[in-house]
Amino acid sequence: MDKKEEIELISGVNVLKCMRCGKCSGTCPSYDEMEYHPHQFVYMVETGNIDPLINSESLYRCLSCFACVERCPRGVEPAKVIEAVRLSAIRQKGANHLKAEQVPELIDDDVPQQLLVSAFRKYSK
Amino acid sequence: MIYSYYPGCTLKNKAADLDMYARQSAAALGFELREIEEWQCCGGVYPMAKDEIATKLSSVRNLNDAKMHGQSLVTLCSACHNVIKQVNNDMRTNEDIRTRANNYLKLDEPYNGETEVLHYLEVLRDVIGFDAVKEKVTNPLKGKKIAAYYGCLLLRPGSVLKMDDPENPSIMEDLIKAMGATPVVYPMRNECCGGYLSLEDKPAVAKRRETIVNSAKDFGCDCIITACPLCMYNLKKNESGVPVYYFTELLADALGLKAASEETA
Ligand code: SF4
Ligand code: SF4
Repeated sequence: MDKKEEIELISGVNVLKCMRCGKCSGTCPSYDEMEYHPHQFVYMVETGNIDPLINSESLYRCLSCFACVERCPRGVEPAKVIEAVRLSAIRQKGANHLKAEQVPELIDDDVPQQLLVSAFRKYSK
Repeated sequence: MIYSYYPGCTLKNKAADLDMYARQSAAALGFELREIEEWQCCGGVYPMAKDEIATKLSSVRNLNDAKMHGQSLVTLCSACHNVIKQVNNDMRTNEDIRTRANNYLKLDEPYNGETEVLHYLEVLRDVIGFDAVKEKVTNPLKGKKIAAYYGCLLLRPGSVLKMDDPENPSIMEDLIKAMGATPVVYPMRNECCGGYLSLEDKPAVAKRRETIVNSAKDFGCDCIITACPLCMYNLKKNESGVPVYYFTELLADALGLKAASEETA
């Protein structure tokens, strides 16, 4: 199985449905923080140009806010593509983005448990 | 009326107020929340991957506990609600996930998504009714202009969550009216607060926070309400000093429970 098939399998997304309108990126709250934007994820998976995505910090900027999922006029669900690429990256041995040792310096006394639980789900395997 | 109730990790700790005022208000409004025994953390974010089962199992166990008690499952935290409701949808509609989860769990009878998942707000609207809530209000929050902050997880994806119109919701505004206050509708009310990015990109979250709070302030609010502990954390230290409350705290206040509990405290 090549990378493209792997992403399609994990995400369940058919990237060919995308009409490249850019609405997903237009509505994305993390747009400014991303090197590759949601519509680029979809397009680059379609063309099999996946390595740059796997190595990009943009993977960790998606908030799973489902804005792109809700607003894509073609039902592509770009967030699921980004999730699949992120999993393809962090499922590799030793590739966790967040390690428990880093946490103490990142938090303050008010941090809700939900923040840590969510971050670990998105950043580590 | 008795419901199974899933509080989740944060409501037992940093968001204990969200939970406490919800229970007090429920008792005053005539419904009971039976906390699920030995509930397990939902994981905070819905696991979107089609090939992941392990991350969905805790939700299935919670859902099955409610089913075994013949009760609907009530949630309060927006994230728990989102995760549990989306996993329930998977168990109902995705045969592969359903089969693999059941193969692993070996429950007495398979779980197939039977449980009804309701957010606390939906109980207020659809079971109790906002008119009945209004009748129980003894301390109307008159003159208060309240901006409801939905964020992302309460409403989306609308096709699964089915709580309200995901782009033009009204459930919290209607609650605000029932409490005797004036709702403030503003453009950023259903845009994400930055979520878990506040762990490693605090400037990005600060930008989100100020955009959202300024949007609410520009439309004339005195305060903001939320159902989500992470939204609370991300929004409350805003530069304008706009206070952010859990909606249950203001509900308890309107029902006259807060003054009463402060007197006895
Ligand atoms: S909104 Fe949908 S159709 Fe438009 S670019 Fe994004 S994924 Fe493609
Ligand atoms: S789910 Fe991710 S990619 Fe989609 S709009 Fe939200 S932050 Fe952007």
